[in-house]
Amino acid sequence: MREVAVIGVGATKFGELWEKSFRSLGLEAGMKAMEDANLSGSEVDGLFIGNMSAGRFINQQHIDALIADYSGMATNHIPATRVEAGGASGGVAFRQGVMAVASGMHDVVLVGGAEKMTDLDDTSINHIMDSTADAEWEAGMGLTLASLHAMIARRLIHEGVATREEIASVAVNSHFHGELNPGAQFRKAVPIETVLRSGPVADPLGVFDCAPISDGAAAVVLCPLSEAKRYTDRYVKVSAVAQASDTLALFQRRDITRFGATAAAAERAYAAAGISASDISVAEVHDDYTVSGILALQDLGICARGEAGKAFLSGATRVGSGKVAVNTSGGLKARGYPIGAAGVAQIAEITEQLRGTADKRQVKDARYGLAQSVGGTGSAVTVSILEAV
Amino acid sequence: MSSVAREWREIPGRYNLEGSKCGCCGQVYFPRRDFCPKCRRDGIGKVSPYKIDRSGEIFSFSIVYESPECNSFLKPYAVALVKTGDGALVAGQLVDVDLEKISIGMPVRAVLRKLDADGASGVIHYGFKFAPAL
Ligand SMILES: [Zn+2]
Repeated sequence: MREVAVIGVGATKFGELWEKSFRSLGLEAGMKAMEDANLSGSEVDGLFIGNMSAGRFINQQHIDALIADYSGMATNHIPATRVEAGGASGGVAFRQGVMAVASGMHDVVLVGGAEKMTDLDDTSINHIMDSTADAEWEAGMGLTLASLHAMIARRLIHEGVATREEIASVAVNSHFHGELNPGAQFRKAVPIETVLRSGPVADPLGVFDCAPISDGAAAVVLCPLSEAKRYTDRYVKVSAVAQASDTLALFQRRDITRFGATAAAAERAYAAAGISASDISVAEVHDDYTVSGILALQDLGICARGEAGKAFLSGATRVGSGKVAVNTSGGLKARGYPIGAAGVAQIAEITEQLRGTADKRQVKDARYGLAQSVGGTGSAVTVSILEAV
Repeated sequence: MSSVAREWREIPGRYNLEGSKCGCCGQVYFPRRDFCPKCRRDGIGKVSPYKIDRSGEIFSFSIVYESPECNSFLKPYAVALVKTGDGALVAGQLVDVDLEKISIGMPVRAVLRKLDADGASGVIHYGFKFAPAL
């Protein structure tokens, strides 16, 4: 297998972008990534797109063809593949792109992620998100995705793994970084009281415990590591792309205070990269709900069980604090959560960090960065590790 | 949300908490599975219907304030993961309960109730919910 490099990244602003269509978002992110990689576009021979539910959000299936067409790839009849894995759609699309280059099947691959959510009302959007849980035996019984995460949070508190304040501080961390990211949906730091006093969604979680509804797209360009210098001096190495599965329904597991798929994917990723969790300097984790950030740091081995909440609450997860900087982009909570774009945007952020172009969010001397993308309640997880060259 | 056929197909599980038990390893599953993930091919043909225990205790719970349209007539309402007597975890709504007085470990039993009404077709879905055990 060939080693793979990320040679360009790009993303739209995330938010309620009522003036922008799905196709214009996808095109904007793709063009930014191509420009970043100094490509004309004719070099690309493969296209992968992470997208969760264009069929229900904008009544458009077959978005592989749509994006290939509007990005000019269809002119050269470039193969385009849409990837869906709930909230992990972007992470899985990235992994598919890396595998395509690593295998030698493709030489220059564009991986995009896009979601246009805000054409629908909030109730309908949440209903679609609930379908990433077990539609028959969770959503069909009246459970929402938020309530499933709320039950995880309650269990964490009950077992003494994290306090309500520690869980809330995950949102404080993401908003702290969101203020530093011009592309973020929310560019305002919030005190913990704001999170704790926000209106209830699924007790004990409130509005500020939940990532927002967003439109947006992100894209990255991949090529063999040995070829990267032909295009750019600013590239990073893909050291690992691991993926793991778990039961679709949360209730099928005996322990709901950890995501076994995150732990499995992390173990495989560290082994592939030849490193351990302590080598990671910057991490983008899937904080679709605050509680997910706690699970992430523990299951990734970055924090011991019971320590992740303390790290968030003390501010040790912030850029410049010396330990591992977490969600410097603002995370899903503050940067925004256009579902299919999220996992690809994480790769873009880690790439920016490792090549030193993250501006006010820049982590000093970062060698290894990690991105974790999660579908449903940990039913599909990717853990990718990038390395500065 | 679902067709009449889909509703009918799940009646054994939704009305009677009928799951499965593997005759090979003894594992109990809910909802029904025809294939035991533990025994894999060795368990084929040995997995049979099994009604899980209708009583159990609350493993975790949440109060839902933002709900899908089909359940909006209920909100706020409580949901729970219930650990049944035979060790299976099951997800469902909590009814006939004071929302302020729910706690982990609280004994509950399954009761048959209206789950939701299908907006488009008018189909009314029935299934189990959990009520405090007396
Ligand atoms: Zn078995």
